[in-house]
Amino acid sequence: MLKETLFELPSPYRDPLNITGYRFGRGEKSVCIVGAMRGNEIQQLYICSQLVHTLEQFEKKGLIVKGNEILVIPSVNHYSMNIGKRFWAMDNSDINRMYPGYDRGETTQRIAAGMFEKVQGYRYGIQFASFYVPGDFIPHVRMMDTGYQSTSLANLFGLPYVLVRKPRPYDTGTLNYNWQIWDTNAFSVYTKETDQIDEESARMAIVSVLRFLSRMGIIKYHCHSGYIASILQEDDLRSVQSTSPGIFVRLKHPGDTVSYGDELAQIIHPLEGYVIDHIYAPCDGIVFFSHSGPLINEQTTAFRIIRRLHG
Amino acid sequence: MIQEVVSVGLAVDERWKIIKNRIEPETGGNANLKRICIVTGTHGDELEGQYVCYELARRINAHKEYLNGIVDIYPALNPLGIDCIMRSVPKFDLDMNRIFPGSNTSATTEYIAAQIMQDMSGADMAIDIHASNIFLRETPQVRVNETTADTLIPYARLLNTDFVWVHASATVLESTLAHSLNSTGVPCLVVEMGVGMRITREYCMQLVDGIFRVMCELGIWTGEAPEVREPIVSRDRHVSFVNAEASGIFVPCIEHWTHVEKGQHIGDIVYPATGEILHECCSEVSGHVFTLREYPVVYSGSLIARILEDESKEDV
Repeated sequence: MLKETLFELPSPYRDPLNITGYRFGRGEKSVCIVGAMRGNEIQQLYICSQLVHTLEQFEKKGLIVKGNEILVIPSVNHYSMNIGKRFWAMDNSDINRMYPGYDRGETTQRIAAGMFEKVQGYRYGIQFASFYVPGDFIPHVRMMDTGYQSTSLANLFGLPYVLVRKPRPYDTGTLNYNWQIWDTNAFSVYTKETDQIDEESARMAIVSVLRFLSRMGIIKYHCHSGYIASILQEDDLRSVQSTSPGIFVRLKHPGDTVSYGDELAQIIHPLEGYVIDHIYAPCDGIVFFSHSGPLINEQTTAFRIIRRLHG
Repeated sequence: MIQEVVSVGLAVDERWKIIKNRIEPETGGNANLKRICIVTGTHGDELEGQYVCYELARRINAHKEYLNGIVDIYPALNPLGIDCIMRSVPKFDLDMNRIFPGSNTSATTEYIAAQIMQDMSGADMAIDIHASNIFLRETPQVRVNETTADTLIPYARLLNTDFVWVHASATVLESTLAHSLNSTGVPCLVVEMGVGMRITREYCMQLVDGIFRVMCELGIWTGEAPEVREPIVSRDRHVSFVNAEASGIFVPCIEHWTHVEKGQHIGDIVYPATGEILHECCSEVSGHVFTLREYPVVYSGSLIARILEDESKEDV
């Protein structure tokens, strides 16, 4: 394992921001794995730290296939993590909207440019990401529909779902999008949690990455084969909006099978304690996403459901 | 008359309301009247537009006999952000000016955006007023995407700003309110001026005169058309960026909106603990400084200044 500083940014009042990378194996730039890019991505940090630990053991045991280099970057924005902010501490900009970056530009553009220079040129890019709408997902691999994406490769992670998202203008600054544009097969792996560590889904994510690396001939690793993923288009998910604001009591969770008319959640009057509204399933299917906070606004997505089309 | 554009329930005993003040001629509205929308407060730390809205409404109400169209004033698209001195919408990750035209099947903020778009649909003109953030001070300027420049520059010239910046299109800007309105046939001018969290009265008065001038042009205002200054239009001119090359405290040595020569010293980045100058910031071109750093703490890369380069002799 080779530990190195990939990017350094001095600060007038704090220690420099050092972005640390861990390299395993030597040879072709096979895979780059990126963890926490935002200050609240604790689960993503944890998963990457466990991958570093695991790959170090693999390397010692000679389980990294000769001719492959793996780069793992567990944390990009621990400056924000250390002070409890999600985005860049100084100006609240999001590093993951700045790619491919600009080395003569603003601070987060420079960080993105410095990072992108180091993560470019790999055959595969894997990012542990979080979504802009807070909530829980079924663990899945997410890809941007750039025309370069390969859902069959994404299937090799062995997670139950692969979701293809049509990029919106603000997505064009993400690492995933730019990796794909610059010829890296890019995958974002979503697990259940962001701010907290969820051991079970973290383990699932770690195993899925090891499974992928094994299937691509980068490491020697034996595990069960995982799922044959269903490929989903984001626009095909059925959104269920909250029709009242209040205290959100979730009755169904990501992964649950639901039938038309099932009660998914209740909304309780925040001052008077009675149930003011019920959220019902508008179709048969499986819950893919659910709002997770204890409070909910009106007109926000409470659930997204994978519609069951047959039988 | 104050009208509710959209209202959604927040979790606990409060509603997020977008309001507008619709001002119509005393004789009442008719279907043929032209409509202008004045919109601001998308970013909660930008307050210059608040004074513009106040002054515009005050002047119109003082002489409603000259009003020959509909003026819709939207003072705060992000009232929650203004209330808590926050640029973005609280509890929402994306910049509100990057989610238009919005959606009815996503987050609350995207629903709000969709309803705002629907309400402004069909207007004859929109003016979207922004201040800078807390870090930079901006000369009053209109920003126009090159794809809509031919349509918008004639109106932008009337807005009484010092400068019209015709900038290149960028994919990420396709989700702004202005782009979404322009795409649906509502001409929309974006104004940037002043600094975040402050009101620069002089700039606001300057812009209000410009808005009256545009309203005269559209036939919405029949009172005397204010004299307006001729702005510099940057269509073919280069804008030079000066970024910090060290992290420290920036101390300018020039005034905002002054002319500088190529190589001229514009400020220093210093290190308070040792008395060192870490970096001398200089202009790479001769031109007007239309953006200047206001907030002293800088990291490497922080924007220090934007300079509109002088026309080359061949262009003159």
